[in-house]
Amino acid sequence: MTAPSLGTARRTPRLPPVTQMGMLLRLLAVQGSWNYETMNGNGIGFCLEPALRLLPGGRDGEAYREALARQARYFNSHPYMASVAVGALARAELDLVPPTTIERFRTALTGPLGSVGDRLMWAAWLPFCSLLALAAFGLGAGPLAVVCIFLGVYNAGHLALRAWGLRVGWRHGLRVASALANPVLRTGPDVIARAAAVTAGLALPLALYRIIGVGRTLTGGVLVAVVLLALAIVRVRAKLEGWRTALAVLALLVLYSVVRHG
Amino acid sequence: MSVASVVAVSTLGAILGLDTVSFPQAMLSRPIVAATVGGAFVGDAETGLLVGATLELFALESLPIGASRYPEWGSAAVVGGALAAAFPESAAGALPVAVLAAIATAWVGGWTMVQLRKFNAWLAQSRRAGLDRGSARTVVGLQVTGLTADLVRGWLVTAIALLALHPLATAVVHLWMLDGRYSRAAVVTVSAAVAGAAMWTTFHATVGARRLFLGGLVVGLALLLFR
Repeated sequence: MTAPSLGTARRTPRLPPVTQMGMLLRLLAVQGSWNYETMNGNGIGFCLEPALRLLPGGRDGEAYREALARQARYFNSHPYMASVAVGALARAELDLVPPTTIERFRTALTGPLGSVGDRLMWAAWLPFCSLLALAAFGLGAGPLAVVCIFLGVYNAGHLALRAWGLRVGWRHGLRVASALANPVLRTGPDVIARAAAVTAGLALPLALYRIIGVGRTLTGGVLVAVVLLALAIVRVRAKLEGWRTALAVLALLVLYSVVRHG
Repeated sequence: MSVASVVAVSTLGAILGLDTVSFPQAMLSRPIVAATVGGAFVGDAETGLLVGATLELFALESLPIGASRYPEWGSAAVVGGALAAAFPESAAGALPVAVLAAIATAWVGGWTMVQLRKFNAWLAQSRRAGLDRGSARTVVGLQVTGLTADLVRGWLVTAIALLALHPLATAVVHLWMLDGRYSRAAVVTVSAAVAGAAMWTTFHATVGARRLFLGGLVVGLALLLFR
């Protein structure tokens, strides 16, 4: 483990299971000190720390302190995809790759890990799971079932991605870019977006009906109003966020109902 | 709402607010979860779920992409679910008032998250020497302090929102004049329109997404008709 190498040229060394588990648990808190200066840089150092203890000299060694200082600097990525970076950087540090190479590698990782994670999780998987839960709600599922469906499905993907990222990062080291060409990461967002589109069509009328209560005519009228209002929001979206508009509209509704009482 | 309820619901708001960004980002903070559990804490998970589903439609618009600023739905949805569940099921204005309270809280919560990030940056700057030395104590300390500060932030946001908005919501619900179904219809029109616009923005570039959406809509409407 101490001989210098660049990634996969030699047989993959083993990371002790306790260290792996420690890193995986810490990854859940990778954004614990997120800020506009160093982003999740300190979090990356925090997650790598258990692996860095394996460096020559252990926790009191010069190599440990130098590596930790290097890894706690600025870094930005999607929080779930940070596991890829943590795995790859741990491998590079334990392979005793020169610091300048590690720093260049760290900089190069930032962009891809951010965009891949945003497209896959925030723009596809999260809306899909959210719409799936709304569809279950619309079909009459109770509170426990809706919550379990949402959390179960979402976290199956979430935790699998974190665990995969750490494993693949460790296995490939500095050559981890090849792992980002994985078909799930490349075509997954489009496939999930299509599934989300079907689910959205299914969920919206059913969820509206359940929230409003009995009355199909009223639900039909609401659906027409929804389409017209949604088109209006799409047109002004660049200038105004929908939830801010909603805040104003609901405040007016509350005011109207109270004024009518007077 | 009793002091014990406020403390319990605020603790829930703190934990779910922490989930938004800091730990563990398992989406416990999504409104459909947070409002349902908030309602359950006050004794009515079903009402909490209604508020949660409505807020979830709004939340589809504000996905936590990059370093963007967005409403903090975790603590806010707990407030919305708990407020709605505190009223009798027949109260016509409960849903609109709870949803309005939750959106306002989410707005304030989003602002507090920005302040927390500034605090974290200031703290990291002040511990620069320790970080440059590679001190594990400094790295772990920054992480633990950030997590603790976020937990306290979520608790305060929830507690202050509950204490400020519960009396106001009670007064408004008491004065509410509109029919319950029409009140809910108005709220859901706005929330579904926001969700629809968000979905359009997210998926319209995906090949076949429009046709698939329409296909799903036909199935959804058919299920509604033949119920």
